[in-house]
Amino acid sequence: MAAGEHAIIAEGLRKRYGDRNVLDGFALRVPPGTVCGLLGPNGAGKTTAVRILSTLLRFDEGRAEVAGFDVARRPDQVRHRIGLVGQHAALDEVLSGHQNLVLFGRLCHLGTKRARQRAAELLERFGLADTGDKPVKAYSGGMRRRLDLAAGMILAPSVLFLDEPTTGLDPRGRNEVWESVRGLVRSGTTVLLTTQYLDEADQLADQISVLDSGRVIATGSPDELKSRLGGDRIDLVLHNAVDLAVAAARLRLVAGAEPEVDHDRRRVSAPVGDRVGALTEVLRALDAGGVSVADVALRRPTLDEVFLHLTGHRSRAAEEVAA
Amino acid sequence: MTGATLPTAVGPAAVPGRPFLLADSVTLTRRSLAHWRRDPGPLIASLGFDVVMVLMFAYLFGGALQVPGGGNYREFLMPGMFAMTMVFGISLTTLAVSADVDRGVTDRLRSMPVSPLALLIGRAAADMLFAVVTLAVMVLAGLAVGWRAHGGVGDTLAAFGLILLLRFALVWVGIFLGLVMKGPQAVVGVQTLEFPLGFLSNAFVAPSTMPAWLGAVAEWNPLSATVGAVRELFGNPGWGGDSWVVSHYPVLAVAWPLVLVAVFLPLAVRGYRSLRN
Repeated sequence: MAAGEHAIIAEGLRKRYGDRNVLDGFALRVPPGTVCGLLGPNGAGKTTAVRILSTLLRFDEGRAEVAGFDVARRPDQVRHRIGLVGQHAALDEVLSGHQNLVLFGRLCHLGTKRARQRAAELLERFGLADTGDKPVKAYSGGMRRRLDLAAGMILAPSVLFLDEPTTGLDPRGRNEVWESVRGLVRSGTTVLLTTQYLDEADQLADQISVLDSGRVIATGSPDELKSRLGGDRIDLVLHNAVDLAVAAARLRLVAGAEPEVDHDRRRVSAPVGDRVGALTEVLRALDAGGVSVADVALRRPTLDEVFLHLTGHRSRAAEEVAA
Repeated sequence: MTGATLPTAVGPAAVPGRPFLLADSVTLTRRSLAHWRRDPGPLIASLGFDVVMVLMFAYLFGGALQVPGGGNYREFLMPGMFAMTMVFGISLTTLAVSADVDRGVTDRLRSMPVSPLALLIGRAAADMLFAVVTLAVMVLAGLAVGWRAHGGVGDTLAAFGLILLLRFALVWVGIFLGLVMKGPQAVVGVQTLEFPLGFLSNAFVAPSTMPAWLGAVAEWNPLSATVGAVRELFGNPGWGGDSWVVSHYPVLAVAWPLVLVAVFLPLAVRGYRSLRN
């Protein structure tokens, strides 16, 4: 692949099941050596897009290129250059971790000796070197995920597809997966990551494409997407809940927008244009109104807020918190 | 886990293609062998079930069944049992194939530079190896209950060949079912079908004692062709009969499996390809 080209190109991809368009003009460009986060609600078409780009699924219309090869015409060449880590750990449950990696290494035509070396290397790298002869069915969820990830990296792929790689993992497991993805990107791999967790995209992705109903509805860096919500927000936490109404009124005057009031946390927040100017003005106004402020923060909107703004529904993580 | 960079020395290997078909098939067959070594429980259970069937029929039902021409019941029984165990193999194949599909292992292999054909050959080879083991155990069980082969070495080997040929044909039925049926319930469905398929034959009951139409179905059952031909080759007693089918069992015992392969091998390949839809 020549420098400057894209590691993943998708143009006008369409995939129909019956009369339902799962992908409806899906388009994507991912520069080499970067992480692209594919973000969207359940059923938006994220997994379908990954399955098409990793040669597992045919598409009806459009064009796709991965690692410099046409996905429809040269799937064999694409398969030599990709790794795929799906939603469920695709492992042989009876075999040990080492046996799994040797099996997949042999099938990558490394030869038995190199396959064994590579398996040992990857087990070491993913903190699984001490699992010995234990069958995969005795592994914890996090261990399975890590082994699954290792199996997707046997050939140090130029493009790695990660379909919701941390679903069902505890925070420690997620951090471990994130750390290994970062390591892989440092060594030059391009990653396409689907996720429903916005903090995951925020942590890992250089570029985010927001997918809804089979189409990319927004693209940009996490920061760019956040600025689409109209800049920064100011959060004020008060000492006394009785002051909330006064504080909201004063904040409305300064921000020129209706503030959100969170009674439980004694917090009011509103979008502001001029960061420092607004901060001084708000604090002065509150002081004059006799409102005692416990904490004040200027922050960028969260991706959750961006997501709600773009798609009209909340992300799963936000729903889980709300529930 | 450290944040060290991953060794990148391993790049794309050679171009995919035929040179790896055999190697990949062997690798996948060896995967099944590793399964048996690490987790022999299901196989021992399967072999145990087959042996219990022999004992049940030989000692439990044996007294109630009249053997044509007054021959030895257990000699009559064993060819039917050999063929039955080959039928029970269908669900083993289906189970292995559908488990890989359900767990995403098949998808992982499909996203790798592995020939699709190697997946099918690997499965078939492993299942045939186990069929040979099963047949060996069944022969020992048969010898233990008093079954003997009375034909020459050539006839005896030909009989074993026909039994394994039936299993080979059913491997493709099993792969096809494993690819098109979803979930573990499907395997239970296949298992419950094996009994009627086995009993609706000449293995245990004379088709001539069934209602005419059912008897015809039983005579045409591929299992009956194998059992009929094998009984002749072993010199074991059989039902006889004068229909066209019955007199052509030696030919049909070869033709039926070939027809099944001709139908189900392409269907298995297509089932595999249709995973792409």
